Amino acid sequence: MQAFEYASPTTVKEAAALLQNKWGEVDVLAGGTDQLTLMKERLATPSKLVNVKGIKELGGISAGKAGFRIGAAVTLDELMENAEVRKNYPSLVAAARGVSSPQIRNMGTVGGDLCQRPRCWYYRNGFGLLGTKDGKSLIPGGENRYHAILGNSGPAYFVSASSLGPALISLGAKVKLVSASGSREVAADKFFVTPQNENSREIALLPNELLTEILIPREATKNATYELRQKEALDWPLVSASVALKMKGSTVASARVVLGHVAPTPWAASQAEQLLAGKSITESVAEEAGKAALASATPLSQNAYKVQLARVAVKRALLAAASGRA
Amino acid sequence: MGTKGRCLVSSRKDPDVPKTGQSGLSRRGFMQGIGVGSGALGAGILENEAQAAPPPGGFSGPAAVPITLRINGKSTNLTVEPRVTLVDALRNHLDMTGAKKVCDRATCGACTVIMSGKVVYACSVLAIDAQGKDIQTIEGIGSGNKPHPVSVAFVHNDAQQCGYCTPGFVMAAKGFLDRNPNPTFEQVEKGLGGNLCRCGTYVGVRQAVLEAAKEMKGGKNA
Repeated sequence: MQAFEYASPTTVKEAAALLQNKWGEVDVLAGGTDQLTLMKERLATPSKLVNVKGIKELGGISAGKAGFRIGAAVTLDELMENAEVRKNYPSLVAAARGVSSPQIRNMGTVGGDLCQRPRCWYYRNGFGLLGTKDGKSLIPGGENRYHAILGNSGPAYFVSASSLGPALISLGAKVKLVSASGSREVAADKFFVTPQNENSREIALLPNELLTEILIPREATKNATYELRQKEALDWPLVSASVALKMKGSTVASARVVLGHVAPTPWAASQAEQLLAGKSITESVAEEAGKAALASATPLSQNAYKVQLARVAVKRALLAAASGRA
Repeated sequence: MGTKGRCLVSSRKDPDVPKTGQSGLSRRGFMQGIGVGSGALGAGILENEAQAAPPPGGFSGPAAVPITLRINGKSTNLTVEPRVTLVDALRNHLDMTGAKKVCDRATCGACTVIMSGKVVYACSVLAIDAQGKDIQTIEGIGSGNKPHPVSVAFVHNDAQQCGYCTPGFVMAAKGFLDRNPNPTFEQVEKGLGGNLCRCGTYVGVRQAVLEAAKEMKGGKNA
């Protein structure tokens, strides 16, 4: 990897002061499992690297009146092992467990999961975030079996790699972004964006901002995440579904259904959400919701199989949430 | 096009990595011969002159900087560029070649070491960032005369073939058993999900971990 200068600040303020207004000059290092890989592949060539793991403010999980606060540098392992998280957010635990390498869970952070770059093999092999050659996307006519089946009218065809994103969106979470000049909170569903050109990113974070924490409102939901994957060991899921149900007795008052790994962002399946309101979760209702969630799917030449997988993921996530086993 | 995600191993060479052994003179052997840290080292042997420690919060590098690592209970001083990973520091600077560099992309597990009690990929930790942590490597968990129970169980159960993934697997298994002393077969499967064996010795590895778990009960482990 290209040589770089290295800093390990101990406060958010110090770290934010080291960031710059342009992507590419100064990068943030947290768990390192994606960042260092990107640097070895020359997909990231920062001249300066800011390690944020020494910042105490970025750690810790705490439950307050307003809800849960999860520090951005909390590792996936710490998240999964936290008793409060296990009790309230089985959906998050299942999503973190799906990162199926203990090493990655010990190193990788919650913030890093949200900020990791796409795994699209065109991107990873140097064809840019949008996978183009001579101004034309290589993906619709190329090797697209793992690409998007929703939100794929171009120019982006990759799928969001985040495991926690769909679960956090379904739980109504917000992320806090801090720069040298201030801070802002962004709803998790607004944090992920579909880039419209090669110079934009797939997240709303600005180059001079640091993701410092995740805030989950305190609302009782039945929640679950269900993934379908090609191999059990270390890999990303082919599809995932995270659901959060606000219940009124045994019927659903309101539902959030968010799909992962099917679109350039986590994908809120509003048709399924509408269908579920006022219903009890039975196997046939869950199946109907799965169908509704994928009603507008537009698979590419090689990935129609993901449509059925995603239907099944929605169905099983709903049944898991309703039965309290995630 | 290879496979999805983690398994994409680049064939591109990293032009910045100092080459070893290309002229029949291995860098490691050469440095052992003249003594690492000797003032007589010329330019081009160590990457650059060491520079003074930076102010807290400020930048250091890109030239080599002095760092201290605590490996297998022993503090070791070395001088590395910030871009040097822990696995490269172990193998190229400290002559500890147990941890293997295979994918170098946080995918295969051959470089697994235990840091602060948890298994990590040493290829994806910067050496400079591993300071202040207790690092345990395969060299630190038993000796030729008294191998670690996990190593013994690997031999008993034929849990290796070419052996290149073995040190990483042994460390992953030890780290797993430290946290799960009474595992079920299924837990073993999931617990070693971060390591690959291209020879396909998984059946033996899983049996070995279950055997080691029995053996290690009662505090017999190192």
